[in-house]
Amino acid sequence: MTAILEVAGLRKSFGGVTVADGIDFVLERGAMHCLIGPNGAGKSSFFRLILGEHAPDAGRILFAGDDITALRSFQRIRRGISVKFQVPGIFKALSVRQNLEVAFQHHLHGQSLSATTRAMLEFAGLEHEADLQAGVLSHGQQQWLEIAMAVGVEPQLLLLDEPTAGMSPDETRKTGEMLHDLNDRGITILAVEHDMAFVEQISRRVTVLHFGSIFAEGTIAEIIDHPGVQEIYLGTADV
Amino acid sequence: MNTRYNDVTAVTTRREGSLWRAIGHLEGPQTIGRGPLFWGLVSLAIVAAAIYPLFADAWTVGNAAYFMVWTFMAMGLGVVWGYAGALSFGQTAFFGLAGYAYGVLTINIGTAYGFTIAAILLSILLAGLFALLIGYFMFYGRIRGVFIGIVTLSVTLVLETFMAQTAGPQWRIGEARLNGFNGMSGMPPLTIPWPGGDLALFPGRGFYYVLLGLVVACYLGLRMLLNARFGNVLVAIRENPHRAEMLGYDIRLYQTLAFGLGGALAGLSGALYTAWGQYITPSSMGLTAAALPIVWVAVGGRRDITATLLGTILVLAGFQSLTIYGSQYALVVMGSLLLLTVLAAPEGLIVAAMTGARSLWRRARR
Repeated sequence: MTAILEVAGLRKSFGGVTVADGIDFVLERGAMHCLIGPNGAGKSSFFRLILGEHAPDAGRILFAGDDITALRSFQRIRRGISVKFQVPGIFKALSVRQNLEVAFQHHLHGQSLSATTRAMLEFAGLEHEADLQAGVLSHGQQQWLEIAMAVGVEPQLLLLDEPTAGMSPDETRKTGEMLHDLNDRGITILAVEHDMAFVEQISRRVTVLHFGSIFAEGTIAEIIDHPGVQEIYLGTADV
Repeated sequence: MNTRYNDVTAVTTRREGSLWRAIGHLEGPQTIGRGPLFWGLVSLAIVAAAIYPLFADAWTVGNAAYFMVWTFMAMGLGVVWGYAGALSFGQTAFFGLAGYAYGVLTINIGTAYGFTIAAILLSILLAGLFALLIGYFMFYGRIRGVFIGIVTLSVTLVLETFMAQTAGPQWRIGEARLNGFNGMSGMPPLTIPWPGGDLALFPGRGFYYVLLGLVVACYLGLRMLLNARFGNVLVAIRENPHRAEMLGYDIRLYQTLAFGLGGALAGLSGALYTAWGQYITPSSMGLTAAALPIVWVAVGGRRDITATLLGTILVLAGFQSLTIYGSQYALVVMGSLLLLTVLAAPEGLIVAAMTGARSLWRRARR
């Protein structure tokens, strides 16, 4: 297996708060990997550093073997990284169809665009909501719409920040199936998630972040059995 | 949810003919109006506008041409504000710059070989480049929201102040005296080379038809642009810039280009205004002048180019009628109209009327 994402010595501080404290992280191509950690561990900041929304104080980020540390966000997206935010980042005033068209029109026009939009509406289970304003969709539907939009840019790596936040158990299960489907088609997935049942459903390997650095890494079983992980979640470990 | 992702990846990219695609964009998600009824009404309006000079006196026709002069700046502001979400309070800077540029060029070079047309094109280019420069510093400097209004207003007021102090004889470019607060005058009108002698288009029928052609071309061109990828991305940026950037769009580039387009269209208005009246003064870049385009666009409807165009012509016609009773009185009414729009129909009165008419039509068909 080759690495699709390599992060070396990544550091970032805001004043006295360190959100990334020398992170070294490797993600294999084709992986379905989860990132967990207590609130304030630096998970979302780590995503923002990968996406280029924050410039690191030190360290390097390599994507598919290329150094992308100095690239701007949109340039990283064009290289093949895509993201779904924790709060659905959709265009609420536009129709569901228009949301998808904006996402796909990078590389598609005319009939190809229409055909792909139809297929993705079906993929996201939103065929009957195509002409509705996206803002009126349920929370779960908005999450699926955003996943469909994120996939529309044809990414190699999909970053998901709490993709099931606010979803019902049934919606969560369906989202898990959706991500497995995308992963089977070659998209590497890195997800921040708190719901351990969902982590167990989708993930083969898990990384635990704590105070901006890697605390533990392994299979889901290894992480559950890790003596320090429960303690940092309960806030009792002196680490 | 089902899994038809195979179907998605199986669809291959196919480029349809560019011309047909562009024509197809006359209708789309970013503009109100589609189908035979709409285009029938548009055709009717164009025919009515084309035969109107046959039934009106030259002064009234010249007046109608005057209204059309301003529509380019209004449509440009519609693109910048309504579609791209950046409220520019300084479109008059580009209007004034192009107006002065037309004067300087034509006073120095004259009208031979159709140079006035070249002067208009050069003035538009200058205004567009200036807008791109200002836009570059604003958008790449991450200036957002109300601060865009403050910066653009400052630009137009600085230009007004500068031009107002150019009264002395030392303030000349070649033969063209800038003439301070009194403004520049004496430039030739738009002159078209013609067999048997050039046609000088003073305010009247000839100038009216040139403007009508430009308004129609500009309106249709903007419809095609706004329903194409460029317009879709602008609207996406307006709605959620963060998401738009995370779809791989260079949002600052799009905003800068939209601002440049708005500036070029304001420049077209400015150059035509100078050719129409054969004068330009610093007050055309002043506070009152800067505020009026915002009223026209807001009242008509900033998020639809048809509403912007109609609203601008109607508000200008109303404004001029009111001016008979006093210009200050007319400005108070304009301000009241803006307040009414903001409070009662924030999307614009024309858009509200269109939406109302559409729901009535649907109800009647049930």
